[in-house]
Amino acid sequence: MERVPILRIGPTLFVSIQIDLQDQSVLQLQEDLADQLVATRATGVIIDITAVEIVDSFIGRMLATIGSISRLFDAETVLVGMRPAVAITLVELGLSLDTVRTALNAEQGLRLLNGSS
Amino acid sequence: MAEFLRANEAKLLDRWYEIVFSTVRGRSAADDLRAELADLYGLIVRVMSGTDESAFGELRAALAELSRSRARSGFSPSETAVAVFGLKDAVYEVVADAAEMVHEYLTFARMIDDLGLSTFEAYAAAREEIITQQAEAMLELSTPVVRLWDGIIAVPLVGTLDSARTQLVMEKMLDALVTTEARHAVIDITGVPTVDTEVAQHLLKTVMAARLLGAQCTICGIRPQIAHTIVSLGIEFGDITTKATLADALAHALHGAGLKVGPA
Repeated sequence: MERVPILRIGPTLFVSIQIDLQDQSVLQLQEDLADQLVATRATGVIIDITAVEIVDSFIGRMLATIGSISRLFDAETVLVGMRPAVAITLVELGLSLDTVRTALNAEQGLRLLNGSS
Repeated sequence: MAEFLRANEAKLLDRWYEIVFSTVRGRSAADDLRAELADLYGLIVRVMSGTDESAFGELRAALAELSRSRARSGFSPSETAVAVFGLKDAVYEVVADAAEMVHEYLTFARMIDDLGLSTFEAYAAAREEIITQQAEAMLELSTPVVRLWDGIIAVPLVGTLDSARTQLVMEKMLDALVTTEARHAVIDITGVPTVDTEVAQHLLKTVMAARLLGAQCTICGIRPQIAHTIVSLGIEFGDITTKATLADALAHALHGAGLKVGPA
């Protein structure tokens, strides 16, 4: 199973998903991220899904769950770089991802976190 | 029959040409028309002689091509059909007083009728194709995405919103959001004649998708009657910002982007 790396940039954790997401790797990412949030006491998480072309309901829900988990550690999650096709799929699936914020790209995502914290 | 057609070629062709030319009324060049008919005549003779296997296919193809070009240049169905049926009249005028030709003439007439039908079918298919193309072109034309400001795009919607169009609007708008890196989108529905629950649902989906990309959406241009319908139907736009006019929506978006327009 491939693992998604988590990078720390200042008070922000940066997760760039570059692989085809399997259910197992998303669950692993959730655990890793929770560990990292505790260890680094980060205040923001940026998840870059520019390279993600396909999502299903499970992964969509997991992304929302990551947002909820981060919130428990008082960290804000920003989902960046979503492709139009992915957005349409999520909307059709009825997932609005209320627990995460969204931005067009990593730069705007960082600005969003810095502006709010 | 093939012998007869070959022997009277010049006379029949002239008469056929006359009949067809009177219906064309100058919309097709005389020389072109003549060449077209001469080609068809040659093919018909080959089919009637019965020795040439491929001639029938060629004839059908030639007729299909003829009806397609007629359909494109705006001929009516009957004008197109006359191009084929004219030959029947021309031949009839010649064989009318030759009793021994009757049987052969009837076979010939049946073949021409078949050809006429296939001509008409090709004509209808060509028309159908034109209509489909136009519908697609209209769909493309009716969903422009314009850039109002740095980071602000607008989608003026004109015409009825159905599922297919919403899909197109959504895709175009999201693509534009990504390529222009815009953070605000204004959907102007001034040109949408009616808003029912379905249309509202489509609009909501579009706004949700834009939000997932990290852009804010404002809906504007709701006319008084439509506002009335929306409220009567109990449609909830939730926390989506709605403004009366495009100008208000632009001002709102500019404010959101931290910009201000003042007198120069």
